[in-house]
Amino acid sequence: MSAALSLLDLRKSFGPVQIIRGVSLEIAEGERHAIIGPNGAGKSTLFNLVSGRIRPSSGEVRLHGQAITGLSPFEINRRGLSRSFQITNIFPKMSVEENLRCAALWSLGYKYAFWTSIERLSDVCERAEWLMDRVGLTVRRHVPAGVLSYAEQRALEIGVTIGGSADVVMLDEPTAGMNNSETEHAVALIRKVTEGKTLVMVEHDMGVVFSLADRISVLVYGQIIASDAPERIRENPAVREAYLGQDGA
Amino acid sequence: MTARLSWLAPWLAFALILIAAPRVFPSPTALTMMSLMGVMIIFALSYNMLLGQTGLLSFGHAVYYGLGGFVAIHTMNAVIHNKLGLSIPVIPLVGGLAGLVFGVLFGLISTRRAGLVFSMISLGIGELVSSSSFILRTFFGGEEGITTNRSKLAPFLGHKFGPQLEVYYLIGVWCFVCVVAMYALTRTPFGRMCNAVRENPERVEFVGYSPRMVRLIAFCFAAFFAGIAGGLAAISFEIMNAQQLGAQQSSLVLLMAYIGGVGSFAGPIVGAVIITYLQIMLSDVTSAWQLYFGLMFIAVVMFAPEGVVGWTMLHLRALRGGVAWRLAPAYAAVGPALVATGAGAIMIIELANRQLAEARSEGSAMRLFGFDVDASTLPPWIVAVALFAAGTILVLRLWPRVGDAWGAVNARLHFRGEG
Repeated sequence: MSAALSLLDLRKSFGPVQIIRGVSLEIAEGERHAIIGPNGAGKSTLFNLVSGRIRPSSGEVRLHGQAITGLSPFEINRRGLSRSFQITNIFPKMSVEENLRCAALWSLGYKYAFWTSIERLSDVCERAEWLMDRVGLTVRRHVPAGVLSYAEQRALEIGVTIGGSADVVMLDEPTAGMNNSETEHAVALIRKVTEGKTLVMVEHDMGVVFSLADRISVLVYGQIIASDAPERIRENPAVREAYLGQDGA
Repeated sequence: MTARLSWLAPWLAFALILIAAPRVFPSPTALTMMSLMGVMIIFALSYNMLLGQTGLLSFGHAVYYGLGGFVAIHTMNAVIHNKLGLSIPVIPLVGGLAGLVFGVLFGLISTRRAGLVFSMISLGIGELVSSSSFILRTFFGGEEGITTNRSKLAPFLGHKFGPQLEVYYLIGVWCFVCVVAMYALTRTPFGRMCNAVRENPERVEFVGYSPRMVRLIAFCFAAFFAGIAGGLAAISFEIMNAQQLGAQQSSLVLLMAYIGGVGSFAGPIVGAVIITYLQIMLSDVTSAWQLYFGLMFIAVVMFAPEGVVGWTMLHLRALRGGVAWRLAPAYAAVGPALVATGAGAIMIIELANRQLAEARSEGSAMRLFGFDVDASTLPPWIVAVALFAAGTILVLRLWPRVGDAWGAVNARLHFRGEG
């Protein structure tokens, strides 16, 4: 079994405060992995370390066995790791279609091409079309992303994240702020678009976590206290005490 | 068929205007002005590649215009001196390549960061180049600048480009080609990523692009086209001096792009035409013309931040939606008040200019709106201040009506699904 993503004793300090205190984790190819933990446990920081948004103080991140520690986000993205953001992070004045085209361009090899019209690149247009269909925004194609409803923006956020066909997808609280039916819709969408990919997600909604994840890691105070199948996590006394117990779940 | 060819219409119109303009306005003054307009259209559009497309506010874009112009003029002199075969039509390309070289050089320094850092570095580079023009006198020609004689270059298809008309058409051709090229650039993957960098540089990194590289390429293109504009200016005026690359020229191009509208491709074109026209006409009418430019800029920033073109588009949309008449009562009410404010402001500026700056040399008597007045006496001042104050009070009281009218118009358009 080869690991899609491995973290080796990853640490991050901000000044004297260590936020991530030695995280080691292996995520297999094709696995759906959820990271849970109380607020302030360092889940978002861990995401930022892996995706290159911030540099770790020590330790190593490997993508398909290759070290990506300290690379810039675009270099990591080009190697096939893509992430979404907890606070929607799209191109607000550009249309849905343009957002998705931008997400697809690099992976289709167009780089900084300034000699050809984007309209003529059939693969880019088709890819954007396919993405729009997948995230259910085809009828909203010409609408500027900034005026979409919240749930639509979250869907576009996922569309932009998977736009480059990355095989490792990291979703940061994809259902945050959604109501029940929107959450249900989002779970179905995530299941659909991450088929055959490796998924790493941070999520607070336990319903979402237990329905999507093959394996769950519990991050408490910058350390992983358990990493196991959902049913085993549910029964783990340390987890119950540290996390689930507080939520009353 | 019509739909497929409709994109051609604006380009044909643009080409026709460029071709027909000298026949409609054949006077030498008009010809010189229109030549300058052509140059400024390229310059303003090149600036908007940074400001409007990529979200980079530069305070030193004239550096590339000016350096392109200087290299072009030195090239022309070298061609004349050494009797080389290079003819006039390719000289602008020399200017463009010079702009590009300096664009790469200074772009590497300034595009590492966006926002305030970029703006400050652009200001610094502008000052650096501008002050070095007083040190490197052999290149910049000191106070007098560098001159040339374009008719001494090898003829091109029998044309020596002596008459301004021939120069106008040379500028027209270059202008058309550059405008088409810059428009085409906005439609490419690179152009789209420029917009993405403007909108959200952080997310750009997470779709595989380096925002810094996008900014650098945009900067190089902008410098290249600015250099072409500078080369054309060198041909047209046969002189280049340090003012052409200074802070004033840099703020002029910002003014053009902004007043025309940075949000649409055509905005800077309209801005370049308006500002060039005003620059030449206003400076004939009043010596305080630069002050009016400043006021106009403030007015656009405050009341029509989308610029002339954006403002017009908004009204066209209302017109097409058949709801423009809803604006009429508000405009009819506010219009006269605005005219009063404007007239009062002009009178105050002109009286003050006469009394404070020109009275010693030319006396305090002057003509103002067709009346003979004396700026050193009280009555004209009273009229001016009263007009300005009354107009301003009325505008302030009536302005909410304009906002309400627009609210009604937008609600209607939105209701019909056109919003």
